[in-house]
Amino acid sequence: MDLLIKNGFVFDPLNGINGEKMDIAISNGKIVKSVNEKTSKIIDATGLTVFPGGVDIHTHIAGAEVNTGRLVRPEDHEKDFVRKTAITRSGVGYSIPSTFTTGYRYSRMGYTTVMNPSMAPLEAKHTHEELNDIPMVDKATYPLLGDWWLVLENLAKGDFKECARYVAWMLGITKGYAIKIVNPGGLESWGFGRNVHSIDDQVPNFCITPREIMCGLAKVNKMLNMPHAIHLHTNNLGIPGNYTTTLETMKCLETVPTEGRPVAHITHLQFSSFAGEDWGTLTSGAEEITNYINNHDHITFDMGQIIFTDTTTMTADGPFEYTLYQLSGHKWVNSDVETETSGGIIPFRYKRKNPVNAIQWSIGLELALMTKNPWKVFMTTDHPNAGPFTAYPKILAWLASKKARKATFDRLHRKAQRRSLLPSINRELSLYDLAIVTRAGQAKSLGLKEKGHLGVGADADVAIFNLNPEKVDIAQKYKTFRRAFSNTAYTIKGGKILTKDGEILQQSPGKTMWLDVQTSCKVEVDEEIKRKFREYWTVEFDNYPVSNHYLKNPSKIAIKADV
Amino acid sequence: MIVLTPLKKYQYPIIAECITPDVFQGKTIDEISNLSVWEGNKEKKLCELFKIEKNSAKSPDITINGNVIKVKRIGWGMTQGEVVVNGNAGMHLGKKMSGGKIVVNGNTEGWTGSQMKGGLIEITGNAGDYLGSPYRGSTVGMRKGKIIVHGNVGSDAAIYMKSGVIKIHGNAGSFMGFRMTGGVIHVEKNAGTRLGACMTGGKIVVSGTLENIMPTFAIELIKGKVKIETGEKAVGPFYVFLGDLAETGKGKLFISKEKNPQLAQYERFL
Repeated sequence: MDLLIKNGFVFDPLNGINGEKMDIAISNGKIVKSVNEKTSKIIDATGLTVFPGGVDIHTHIAGAEVNTGRLVRPEDHEKDFVRKTAITRSGVGYSIPSTFTTGYRYSRMGYTTVMNPSMAPLEAKHTHEELNDIPMVDKATYPLLGDWWLVLENLAKGDFKECARYVAWMLGITKGYAIKIVNPGGLESWGFGRNVHSIDDQVPNFCITPREIMCGLAKVNKMLNMPHAIHLHTNNLGIPGNYTTTLETMKCLETVPTEGRPVAHITHLQFSSFAGEDWGTLTSGAEEITNYINNHDHITFDMGQIIFTDTTTMTADGPFEYTLYQLSGHKWVNSDVETETSGGIIPFRYKRKNPVNAIQWSIGLELALMTKNPWKVFMTTDHPNAGPFTAYPKILAWLASKKARKATFDRLHRKAQRRSLLPSINRELSLYDLAIVTRAGQAKSLGLKEKGHLGVGADADVAIFNLNPEKVDIAQKYKTFRRAFSNTAYTIKGGKILTKDGEILQQSPGKTMWLDVQTSCKVEVDEEIKRKFREYWTVEFDNYPVSNHYLKNPSKIAIKADV
Repeated sequence: MIVLTPLKKYQYPIIAECITPDVFQGKTIDEISNLSVWEGNKEKKLCELFKIEKNSAKSPDITINGNVIKVKRIGWGMTQGEVVVNGNAGMHLGKKMSGGKIVVNGNTEGWTGSQMKGGLIEITGNAGDYLGSPYRGSTVGMRKGKIIVHGNVGSDAAIYMKSGVIKIHGNAGSFMGFRMTGGVIHVEKNAGTRLGACMTGGKIVVSGTLENIMPTFAIELIKGKVKIETGEKAVGPFYVFLGDLAETGKGKLFISKEKNPQLAQYERFL
C-alpha cells in the first residue's frame, strides 16, 4: 500500500530541506512525487520531526570477532536480555547484542542502513551468515585488505593495476563493499610479535611501508571507481602522542588525486588524536587534527565517541588490543588470521573518574564540534569499542546542547576537566546538522545514492521522531530530545512501517549490498594461486569464496573500473 | 509474616526473583499471589506454585517451609527484612543483596550470595559451588556483607571477593578466593587445592589441613592469632604466606601449623 506522511517538519540535508513542513509520498518502497490520498495509508506527522532513515558507517555487528566477543562475555548477556514476543525473537546482550536484537534496536532508533567494518576475508562466510540474521536494516561489510599478502606483494612490486584486479576479485568473492585498512603493516608484523610504530617503518618480509600501503590502496580505490573512499584505521591507534602519526597519514594521502571527492575515511578518529608523551600527560590533539581537516578536503572521519559504560573492545588491530590488555589485565582474546589480518578482544569499562577515559570523551566531542563542515564528520561510537550503539541519543544530545555537555563534564575527573577544550566551545549542532552527521553525510560518503535523503527516487527509509522543533529548543531541553531520539515515533524502511513508538510492528529482512567491480581483465585463478592457498591458507581455494546462495537478500551494485 | 509452602514437588526450574521482603512489603495476599514467576518456559502466578498464607508474627518477613531446591533467585537484590527457608534453597540465593538477612535451615545450590553488597546469609547445611562469587565472566565479586556456612562449601567460593566476611565451619573445595582483592575467609576445617590463586589482597584463614599450597606463595612469618572480624580471633599458631606473587599480590594465607606438618619445610626460609 502507498504511504503518505503528512505535515511533518522535514530535515533532508542532501536536498537542502531544513525543517520545512511538507508531505512525503511513498509508493513501492520508493519515495515518489505524490500518491492518491484516498487509497493510501496516511501517517499524520503534524508536530513531528521527519528524518531520512539513519545510516551508520562503522559498527561491528557481525563476524568472527563479534561472535567471539559474545562468547567471552556471559556477564554482559546476564544483565540485559529480551524475551521473545509474538513478533520479535529473544536475544541478549548489552554491549554486543545478538543478531536479531541488534536489528530491532537499530530500527527503534530510526536506523535503516548499517555498515559492518572489518571482516577478515577468511571469515567472510561467517560474517554473511550473521548479516543474514540481522533483520530490519540494510547492511554491507568491508573486507580487511590492508595486510592481505597478495595486496602487499603487488604493492611492493609497484604493480597497482594487478593489485587493483586482486582487490576487485576479493571484493567479489567475499561480497564486500569497501576497502578496509587496519593499522597497515602492523597486523602483518603482529604475526611475528611486532608492530609498526610510524608510517615509514618496514613491514617484515615484504619490503613495504604503511605509507606505501595506504597510498597504494587509495590509488587502487580510485582506479576501481569505488563508491566509498578507503576506510582507514590509522597506525599507532590508542597510543599517547599518536596525533602526529595521524597528521602524517593525512598528509601522505594528499598525494593521491582527489577529483573533488575524499580519498580516505579515517575511522574512530578519537582514538588517533592523543597528544602527550604517556598516559600521565595525555592531552587532546583534536585542535591540530581539526585544523588540518578544516583546511583539506580529502579526508572524512567518524568520531568513535566514548560512552562511560562497560563495553567490549574488538578490533583487527591485534597489537593495540595487547596494549589494552597490559593496561586493564582483563580477559583477552588474541588471534592471527593467517595471511590476512589479526584480531583482539578485551572487555573494558570507561569511567568518568579515570582521567584518561574522561579526556578521551572530551576528544571525541572536540573533534566533532571543531570541524567546521558537518559533511566531514559522522557520529559513531565504533560500536562496541567505545560504547554500544544504543547510546547514540546521548551523543546527539552532547553535540546539540552545551548544557548536556556541561552536565557530564561536571562529573569528570578534575585533571580531565583542566585539560579539556570543551568549555571554550560554544557550538551547538542544529537538527539539520544532526541529520547530516547521522544520515546524509554518511550516505554521501558511502556513495549510497538511494539512502540518506528523501528526494524522489530514494529508498523509502524514513525515521519520524516525536519532537516538535518549533516548540522544543533541543539545546535547552536536551532530555526531551534524547528521549525522542531513543525511540522513534515511526521507522519506515522500504515503504513498510517497522516500528511505532518503540514497538516493533513487523520484521523485515534487510538486504546485503555488495560490489561487483568489473575490471577489463579479470584475475585468473591459476595453479599458482591454488598452490599459494594450499601452502599458506588452512582452506582450499574452492572453499574460500562466498558463493551467491550464502546471501539471503543480496543487492549487487555493479561498478565499471578503470583497469 | 508471609508463609510460602510448595504445592508440589517441582520438576522444572523456577525463576522467582519476586520472593524478597522488598517486593512483598505492603502487598496484600492477593497482590502477592499474582506476582509473576517462571516455571521452565511458562510464565505463572506465584499462587500456582506456592500456598501463600499470612500470619501475625512480625519477623521474619518471609518463611518458606519445604524443599525449594528448584527455586532460583530467592531474595534477589533485597535491601532489608528477613527470609527464612526451612529446607534446601536453589541457585542464586540472595544474589546482589545489599541488606537484610537470609537463613537457610538446609543446603543451598550454587552462587549463593553472588555479588552481594551487604547483609547476612546463614546456611546451616552445606553450600554449593561459587559461594559469594560473581556470575560467570564477571569481575564484580562480593563487596560487603557476611556469609556463614555451618556445613561444607563446594569449589570456587569467593571469587573476586573485594570485602566482607565468609565463615565456613566445615570444609571448603578447591579454588577458594580466586583473584580476591580484599575481605576475610575463615575455613574451620580443611581447604582444597589452589587456595587463593591469583589473589592480590585480603586474607584466608585455614584452621584445618590444606591439600597443597600454590608455589607462588612465599612464607612470611609464624603468627599466634589472627583477627577474623571485630571481637573474633582465630587461634593458631599459623604459617603466614604472602601472595599470589605471580600477580605481585599482597594477599595473606594463614594456615594452621599444627594440622599441616607437611608445610614445616617452609620454616627454613624464615
